Amino acid sequence: MSATPLRAATGSGYDVERVRRDFPILSRTVHGKPLVYLDSAASSQRPLAVIRAVDDYESHSHANVHRGVHALSQEATAAYEGARERVRRFLNARSTREIIFTRGTTESINLVAQSFGRARLGPGDEILITALEHHANIVPWQLVRDATGCSLVVAPIDRSGELIMEEFHRLLTPRTRLVAVAHVSNALGTILPVAQIIAAAHARRVPVLIDGAQAVPHTRVDVQGLGADFYAFSGHKVYGPTGIGVLYGREELLASMPPWQGGGDMILNVTFERTTYNELPYKFEAGTPNMSGAVGLAAAIDYLEALGIEAIAAHEHTLLEAASAALGSIPGLTLIGTARHKASVMSFVMQGIHPHDLGTILDAEGVAVRTGHHCAQPVMDFFGIPATARASFACYNTLAEVQQLAAALRRAQEVFG
Amino acid sequence: MELKDLYRDVILDHNRQPRNFGRLDPADATADGHNPLCGDRLSLSLRLSGDTITDIRFEGKGCAISTASASLMSEAVKGRDRRAVHQLFTQVHALLTQPEAPVTDSLGKLAALSGVREFPSRVKCASLCWHTLNAALDEGGTISTEAGNESSSEGTR
Repeated sequence: MSATPLRAATGSGYDVERVRRDFPILSRTVHGKPLVYLDSAASSQRPLAVIRAVDDYESHSHANVHRGVHALSQEATAAYEGARERVRRFLNARSTREIIFTRGTTESINLVAQSFGRARLGPGDEILITALEHHANIVPWQLVRDATGCSLVVAPIDRSGELIMEEFHRLLTPRTRLVAVAHVSNALGTILPVAQIIAAAHARRVPVLIDGAQAVPHTRVDVQGLGADFYAFSGHKVYGPTGIGVLYGREELLASMPPWQGGGDMILNVTFERTTYNELPYKFEAGTPNMSGAVGLAAAIDYLEALGIEAIAAHEHTLLEAASAALGSIPGLTLIGTARHKASVMSFVMQGIHPHDLGTILDAEGVAVRTGHHCAQPVMDFFGIPATARASFACYNTLAEVQQLAAALRRAQEVFG
Repeated sequence: MELKDLYRDVILDHNRQPRNFGRLDPADATADGHNPLCGDRLSLSLRLSGDTITDIRFEGKGCAISTASASLMSEAVKGRDRRAVHQLFTQVHALLTQPEAPVTDSLGKLAALSGVREFPSRVKCASLCWHTLNAALDEGGTISTEAGNESSSEGTR
């Protein structure tokens, strides 16, 4: 089912021009200028291998899964379950019973919040998060807090955008029942020391959820090596389709958790008196799932691994360093998020030019960046700014595009005199 | 789509030096406006004599379009009564949203906002102050360009 992507590496070098040819959208123009797509942290583009895998499934193999005895249903089931096995290998999970397909990171976190959180938390219990979380790792816990009477505790960051580990250790107490942290900050690019965080939490027998939405495209994730209890990510940030995501959960935890949505596929037997729930992972997948999305995600993982996550990360690091230098030399520009360990994200503000105006001027130059609060309003409040402009880099971006970004920012300064 | 049409000299000037910036205390009417998508915030305070706006101030943080629009509005509505303000609002709204709306002389300097309609993502920036003024003239309070529950999370990463 999974298409085979072209090898991008020629010799020892990373051939970014060859990678770019795998992404049809990158050849289009915007407002008459070549597209410079620097918004992959919001959503990455899809390579032909993913587009074709989805098309192939839709054109040849679609039917409902886990039901029919007919050929198409069996093919669809094989494709969907094959994708689950692909994700298991990608994350190095023990079993496919630990891989739950969701709509995305947001739904994955809500699943844990509603199932694990509501069943186990009450007054006096604490959920520990950090000050750099995306709203998707804040609001689900607020819903649990409001429903159960538990508390939400926030470990602070410093001015560079790094988690203050002494504070984290201090806030990890006998009352802590769950730690939920980002692996990489979407607004600042900070890579959090998740191994250290997990070790500290496990020393107190506290389970840890990692929001990996921004990490998976840039770093190899081994859930067993990390010891993560829950790990969530989205397909569309890792060159896959939208509407598909993953929750990895340790089997013992998932087995002990109640379902969070009821319906078809998540049951073994239903009478009006009593329902027996299906086994893992189906217990958490009520209703007909997103099969074409899962197939696309599997193809995206194939693509990512064929390029090599380490090679991609090295390429992106080169871009990030070049961008730091190019943007750092623009007078009046301030980088927001200067952690020692960063991945792929460059947030900044410019004196006298609101990020929203920057976004419009850059767009007119064909340069797509994200402007706004990046669904991380507490981060903006911490830095005392309403918004930032954010450029984010992916496997297909080039050093020339970094220079085009810098040129477009200088153009913005000209417009604003 | 021309940047020059959006960022005209009048807009850039009112962004750099907003007119009627600040707060009236005491005020006869106030309202706050918020655009959660870009973080723009605006506070309006008015003095009224009967139905007529005798003075107006605004303060807040926003992009060039929202700041210039509020500044231009403050100049345009001073001395006008509710009915005249409402008529002007209808004209400005048409100017911002309808590609074929004529740019009439009665708009005065507000005509500088006509470039906004070529940039659909920026219409809310320009209209925030007008919605806030409507709220102030009605009963005050807070308006948001994104109606909905305060605790809801919107947007993408």
